[in-house]
Amino acid sequence: MIPYQLVWLIMLLPLFAFIINGLLIRPFVNRKSKLYGYITIASIATSAVFSVWALISVMSAENHTIAVPDVNWIVIGSFNFHVGIIMDQLSAVMVVVVSIVSLMVQIYSLGYMAHDEAGYYRYYTFMSLFTFSMLGLVLADNLLFTFVFWEMVGLCSYLLIGFWFHKPSAANAAKKAFIVTRIGDFGFLAGILILYFNAQTFDIQALHNMAVSGLIGGTALMWAAIGLFGGAIGKSAQFPLHVWLPDAMEGPTPVSALIHSATMVCAGVFLVARTMPLFVFSPEAIRVVAVIGGFTAIFAATMGLVANDIKRVLAYSTISQIGYMMLGLGAVGTALAAQIQSRTLILPNEEMIIIAKAAVAVGMFHLFTHAFFKALLFMGAGSVNHATGTFDMRQMGGLRKTMPWTYATFLIGSLSLAGIWPLAGFWSKDEILASAFTSQPALFWLALITVFLTAFYMFRAIFMTFHGDYQGGAKEEGHDYTHTHESPWVMVAPLVFLALLAIGAGWWNVSGGFSSFMGHEAEAANGGIAALFTVFTHTVNGVPLPLISLLVALLGIFSAYAVYLKRWITKESIGKAFGPLYQMAADKYYFDELYENIIVKLGLVKGLFNGFQLFDSKGVDGMVNGAADIVVRGGKAIRQAQTGQLQLYGLFIGIGVAIIAICVLLFGS
Amino acid sequence: MDFNYLSTILFLPAAGALVIALTKSKDEKLSKRLALIFTAIPLALAIYLFIAFDRSAGAAVMQFEERYLWISPLNSYYHLGVDGLSLPLLLLTTFLGFLAVLISWKVHERTREFFAWLLLLETSIIGVFVSLDLLLFFIMWEIEVIPMYFLISIWGSGRKGYSATKYVIYTLFGSALMLAGILSIYFTTNSLSMIEIAHRGMGMVQTAMPAAAIFWLLFIGFAVKLPMFPLHTWLPDAHTDAPTAVSVMLAGVLIKMGGYGMIRLCVSMFPEQAQQYAQILIILALIGIIYGAAVTLLQTDIKRLIAYSSISHMGYVLLGIFALGEVSLTGAALQMFSHGIVTGLLFAMAGLVIHNIEVRDMRKLGGLAKQVPIIMAVFVIAGLASLGLPTTSGFAAEFLIFLGSYTSGMVAHLNVYTIIAIIGVVLTAGYILWMIQQAFHGPVKEEFNGVKDADNLEKVYMFVLVAAIMLVGIYPAILTDVFKLGIAPIAALIGG
Repeated sequence: MIPYQLVWLIMLLPLFAFIINGLLIRPFVNRKSKLYGYITIASIATSAVFSVWALISVMSAENHTIAVPDVNWIVIGSFNFHVGIIMDQLSAVMVVVVSIVSLMVQIYSLGYMAHDEAGYYRYYTFMSLFTFSMLGLVLADNLLFTFVFWEMVGLCSYLLIGFWFHKPSAANAAKKAFIVTRIGDFGFLAGILILYFNAQTFDIQALHNMAVSGLIGGTALMWAAIGLFGGAIGKSAQFPLHVWLPDAMEGPTPVSALIHSATMVCAGVFLVARTMPLFVFSPEAIRVVAVIGGFTAIFAATMGLVANDIKRVLAYSTISQIGYMMLGLGAVGTALAAQIQSRTLILPNEEMIIIAKAAVAVGMFHLFTHAFFKALLFMGAGSVNHATGTFDMRQMGGLRKTMPWTYATFLIGSLSLAGIWPLAGFWSKDEILASAFTSQPALFWLALITVFLTAFYMFRAIFMTFHGDYQGGAKEEGHDYTHTHESPWVMVAPLVFLALLAIGAGWWNVSGGFSSFMGHEAEAANGGIAALFTVFTHTVNGVPLPLISLLVALLGIFSAYAVYLKRWITKESIGKAFGPLYQMAADKYYFDELYENIIVKLGLVKGLFNGFQLFDSKGVDGMVNGAADIVVRGGKAIRQAQTGQLQLYGLFIGIGVAIIAICVLLFGS
Repeated sequence: MDFNYLSTILFLPAAGALVIALTKSKDEKLSKRLALIFTAIPLALAIYLFIAFDRSAGAAVMQFEERYLWISPLNSYYHLGVDGLSLPLLLLTTFLGFLAVLISWKVHERTREFFAWLLLLETSIIGVFVSLDLLLFFIMWEIEVIPMYFLISIWGSGRKGYSATKYVIYTLFGSALMLAGILSIYFTTNSLSMIEIAHRGMGMVQTAMPAAAIFWLLFIGFAVKLPMFPLHTWLPDAHTDAPTAVSVMLAGVLIKMGGYGMIRLCVSMFPEQAQQYAQILIILALIGIIYGAAVTLLQTDIKRLIAYSSISHMGYVLLGIFALGEVSLTGAALQMFSHGIVTGLLFAMAGLVIHNIEVRDMRKLGGLAKQVPIIMAVFVIAGLASLGLPTTSGFAAEFLIFLGSYTSGMVAHLNVYTIIAIIGVVLTAGYILWMIQQAFHGPVKEEFNGVKDADNLEKVYMFVLVAAIMLVGIYPAILTDVFKLGIAPIAALIGG
């Protein structure tokens, strides 16, 4: 059993690295020194070891929870607030994902950032801060603490997207990411306030208890849950706040791998999972989660079909896959919510909480596998960029010969993402499809089409990048990219490690590696290697879903093969057949134009805000200056009366006295 | 009390002003050093008081009191004291007063005069926060106008004459109404003691004029200073044209006199009226928050932008005050403190940009991150604090206001108003990040090669302010534990 002090250290170690890198050693160490990297890597490696230890301890602990005492933070009247940690199944899995992916990314960055003129100092300082914040986010035991870290990871995302801020596109992307996610945070903050008003607490476990026992409920709970999901929509780049993530690819590629695919963008999924008992007691809210997730999955995938920038393909893929996770949470949650509503499921409160918390298994399982293969894919794209100097797939091709390790690992990642048996993605995607099939049939069909699209766009990317003939890479003054080469071992080794996880992470869970954390009790009973094969005998309502989804994925790969490798069907003929649709997807369905040009620039800035500005200078201030003018003019006018003639003054005095006298006589008594 | 701490703190800067004015020396350094000494001692004493302040359960609300009969026919006393509300504001004033001297280190024009006025300004602001006698309070309130007028009109820039005059007229307009309010209170109660009046409550006595009228007379005086929409237009002009240190004092502490006055006089003495009119005042607060932020987004002058942002931020203070809950009032007080250090730092940094780069139009700036990395880093931290990022004081304050007003229940529909107010944080992110991007991001501009980054002196005050922002952000209890001692009795007057 892990001592609770070490649980605190899981999140604090990267903070120490941040403080050492950012504040303490900077005066003595050149900003290009690798020392910054080593310090970060050492601290995160230790965190990763403690994380795995914590996961093992949680699996065997009573109630699957390790108690960690908390610390007082602020007390005003009845409002008192302490900070603490939850170490249960959910956070145990998350800390392992975050620390392992982060560790791989930090090692990889030693190679990737080696030639960057900005140096390691700023990069590793921000990366340590991010890792600390992300670990804090998943460990927080109350929503306010969650929100604090939620904003901190947003800050790190802003700083790292804008890492090369001398590029206007990077500076814009950073700003866009922060502001768009902040729109979602508005919902998160409102949700927290509604919950506090009704429950007088931020404590997540207390909120769970209250939701289950009916102390909070009705429209208040619904709006609170929808508010929280609003935060999740922003952070996880779900429709309609998805626009920031593709642009966020302006940041260094390891940053995209860590923050914008594996961890931070999944924080939205985590938030819904963390507050799942609130959602299952507000059926409307959980339905919103399912619908937004299902829609985003297919919506983003279509944009991934036409992107030519390999990182953008992966970015759309990430949005789409997170949509899957939301769908997984939503589908299982809706089914549970329906059972609770119809009173077919009546349990004691403690058991109800356990059931509600277990409803996240499907969505979290996909988050778990996705983190590994998507980080792998991004780092593969970074490796390709290292060799070719570009992310434009039209300038690549044929790289499988010169970059065999990158090719092999990228292929494994793609197969896993496409959902090919027996890789990790197959198992987790299968679970989502199965749960959608039973509870949200309409969304199931969208999800199944998305399986096809996913396989298609990933293999389109593979064929364009690694097959065919090399197109010469970036055309850049002073650089020659005509001879490509494999990346250094510090970059390849993390790829290989993640590839192993992309192969095995699913099966490990299915064969009972996590006991019952992430579902799969049925297969786990079979155990071991057998579980690999028995899956095809599984049917849901008589339909052999695993087999169908595998066939659909293979069909997607075959279609990409036909178009991009064999060219049996030309790209042009597809372009013709889907003409306007193709164009719309390529233009990102005009959401950037709608938001930036029409709503923000035209509607708000030129319209409303400009109106305010005019009102301020002409209206409010105009009145002030007008009043001053009137006084000045009035003064000039009255000055005419000051003639300096004593007789006239005497006359006025006389009249005045007379008036006063009359008044006294009339009203005096 | 053996030693008159408060009087010492109050009059040392004024004494310093006198000494500086009387030294005939042409030596600039001498005036600066004298100014530093005469602001450092009050700061040290204020820190001492902050530590020595009795926080135990049975402790007196007002501490370090000094009370001497002053004008006996008027029943007026020279009466000073601090409670949990005014003590942190006193600390803030002495803190920024000291830093303002450092920030002005590069003033070379009529140096003696400048520092004399700056120190006199500090005394008058301290006077407002420590006076417990209405007449003394009013006199201190009025004295402030004189140094401000000269500081803006002599050492300012742009339309400095216009801005200085506008400032004076606005302030006098407000204080004329306030004087009428104070006189009405005096004629009714025959007392000028702020504590005594708040204790008795104005609701009970037969007033010379309706209590509501007195409430409004006082309120408008404070609202001009805060500033509250639609009485705010003096502020952008004054800020834009004021010298840097004066902007720091103005944004940092001067406008806090408005919020302080509202709590100390309007809410404490007229709880019923405060509750009665809270609805309309909260709506004005929301307009200030949203409208202020929207107008901020369109500013291109770096100082004017920060000035407009203050209108939006002070909207939160107004919301917190008139949500009338204990937590919301504490949040408002914390926001005053936080805005003081955050916006003070922002103005200091903007002043540095204007001084070193000699450009204030943000459309002409850009790419400075490479040339002035330290200024940029500090500017970004201050900006993030201004947009309420957690771990900075801005978040702690705004969150307490939101939480306090949402849950206060003293005014109808507060939950809806609070949600509307939260929209402001999105707009704030918009203008802060736009400002950072305009000034510091983008391609490096050749013409700014060789501009100076912060020197050691500047690094000192930057570091001190950043540390304060983070300290309050990470451990807000350091202030809220004190604020609540002053707020709790006031909240009790309202809640009853």
